[in-house]
This record gives sequence, C-alpha cells and structure tokens, in this order.
Amino acid sequence: MSELLKVVEEEYKDARSKFPNFKSGDTVNVHVKITEGSKERIQQFQGTVIQRKNINTNGETFTVRKVSSGIGVERIFPIVSPALEKIELLREGKVRRARLFYLRGRQGKAAKIKERVRVKK
Amino acid sequence: MTSIFSADGRNVACTLIEAGPCVVTQVKNVDTDGYNAVQLAFGERKEKNTPKPLIGHFKKAGTTPKQKVVEFRDFRIEFEGQVDLGKDVIADQVFQEGDFVDAIGTSKGKGFQGVVKRHGFGGVGGQTHGQHNRQRHPGSIGACSWPSRVFKGMRMAGRTGGDRVKILNLKVLKIYPEKNLLLVSGSVPGPKNSFVILEK
Repeated sequence: MSELLKVVEEEYKDARSKFPNFKSGDTVNVHVKITEGSKERIQQFQGTVIQRKNINTNGETFTVRKVSSGIGVERIFPIVSPALEKIELLREGKVRRARLFYLRGRQGKAAKIKERVRVKK
Repeated sequence: MTSIFSADGRNVACTLIEAGPCVVTQVKNVDTDGYNAVQLAFGERKEKNTPKPLIGHFKKAGTTPKQKVVEFRDFRIEFEGQVDLGKDVIADQVFQEGDFVDAIGTSKGKGFQGVVKRHGFGGVGGQTHGQHNRQRHPGSIGACSWPSRVFKGMRMAGRTGGDRVKILNLKVLKIYPEKNLLLVSGSVPGPKNSFVILEK
C-alpha cells in the first residue's frame, strides 16, 4: 500500500483491531446493528468464517456461512463497518486452507470442521 | 483508492489525492497577456532533467524545478492576495470539506480494442441463426453504390484509452492539511501516481 494511503487507513486501525483475532474455520457470532426507521436493534449471525479478504486494509471483509433450516446462508461483513457491534469467537477450527469454499458442496457430517485444541505450555 | 464509512453508515469508495503545495510560477493578466490566469507547478524534478529555458522560468519564481506546470484561467478572485509569484498554494486554502470538484486526467491506455469495448456497440446479439465467428463485430459500415465510400468519423476499432477525461462533481470527503491530502469520493481518471487537475 502506498505510504499516503496509510494516512487514511491509520484512522480506522482501532475499528479493525477491536475484534478478537479470528480466521477461516472459526465459529463466530456476529452482532450487527440494524436500523428500521428510527429504531435500532441488534441482530446476531452465527456461523463459520469461510474467508477473510483484503486483510489490514479498509476494504477488509469476512464471510460467515451458516446452514439455516437446510439452506446455506452466507453473509459478508466489512470489518470497519460501524454496524458491527461485536464479534464473539466461539470455537477455533482446524483447517488447512484460507478459503473454505469446499464447505458449500457439503452437508451434515462432511461439512464438519475439527476443533483446534490449544495446548498450554 | 480506499474506502471509508460515512456518517450514515454507508461504505464510500474514495481516492486520495496529494493536492499541493503548488507554487505559483506565473501570473498573467489582461494588460500583458490578454487574459487572467495563474500558472501553478507541482512535484519535484531534478535540475539535470529540466530543460534550460524551464530552469530559467522556475528561477524567476524563485523555486526549484517542478514536474508539472498547469495554467488555470480566471483563478478565483478570493485568492487574489495569495497568488503572488513564488508563493505556495496549499490544499486547504482552495478546498473545503463538502466541496464538489472536477478531476481531469489521462485515462489508462487500453491498446487496440474492438468496437464493443471502444464504442459500446452491442455486438451481433446472438450466437444462433447461423452466426459463428462474428459476435463482437461492428456489422455494416455503410451503404453500397451510393455513397461508395465510408463516411468520415465512422466508429471503428482502434487505440483506446489514454484520452483526456474529466470527471465531474467528486465530493471532497476529508482534507488532511498537514500533508496536503484530499480524499474525494469515487475514482479519478488514470493509473496510480498519475497527475490530475482539480477544478472547483
């Protein structure tokens, strides 16, 4: 990235780093602010992170996939979005690639991701 | 280019432009030149790469050689006091947040392109009814025995891009006065690190 662009993106550094460090394969619960007319409420979207794009830029997004009553639903969130209230990291997954598009073709047990067990030293 | 979120939560694509400091290298007026204009220069340049006549021109204004020299006709009167020879014009003197500016630049060169990309022709339309090798062709370029020639200006394939393009009404979202940076909404013509002219 150009040095000058960093001047702009530096301002959003806090917005990017206020969330826990998650990556693809992890299960997260995303709290999104939704405005309906003048009212504001929080909606939760829980699922597996299948990719993070354009990391460490203002354009960074992540995709969360869940299976809702048999239908796969994916939602893309910009990470600096003011609508993002909170991201809870529920479970860390053990995966071997950065983009988990292979999950789209799988159902049930085949779509399961092993949990990453962290051993304390 | 980058993107920021506006106050109402919208993601806005925007371009960062280094707008200055520009040095006034010449002030033209009606008496001597027949019209009012201000000539601004921007970007450092090595003296060994500058033509001798230009070095003299910059010396007159008391500055180092610059890369780009642009003349602005009828520069606004409100800057009259500030546009003396050799003075700097900086971004937040001219622009305010919320202003709408026009950006002029040279678009990216696309090479030799067909009529579909170059002039927005629709192509032949379908792949059936006997078509097999002319999906993106221009079709007819004129009638037959009259006029028995192709009219001038007929839109055909050729070199595309590299033209002077003006984009109107880009909103100034933010100004960084200490670095002379301007954040405008949308995109501007040309590749990264190219020159653009901003008009208000």
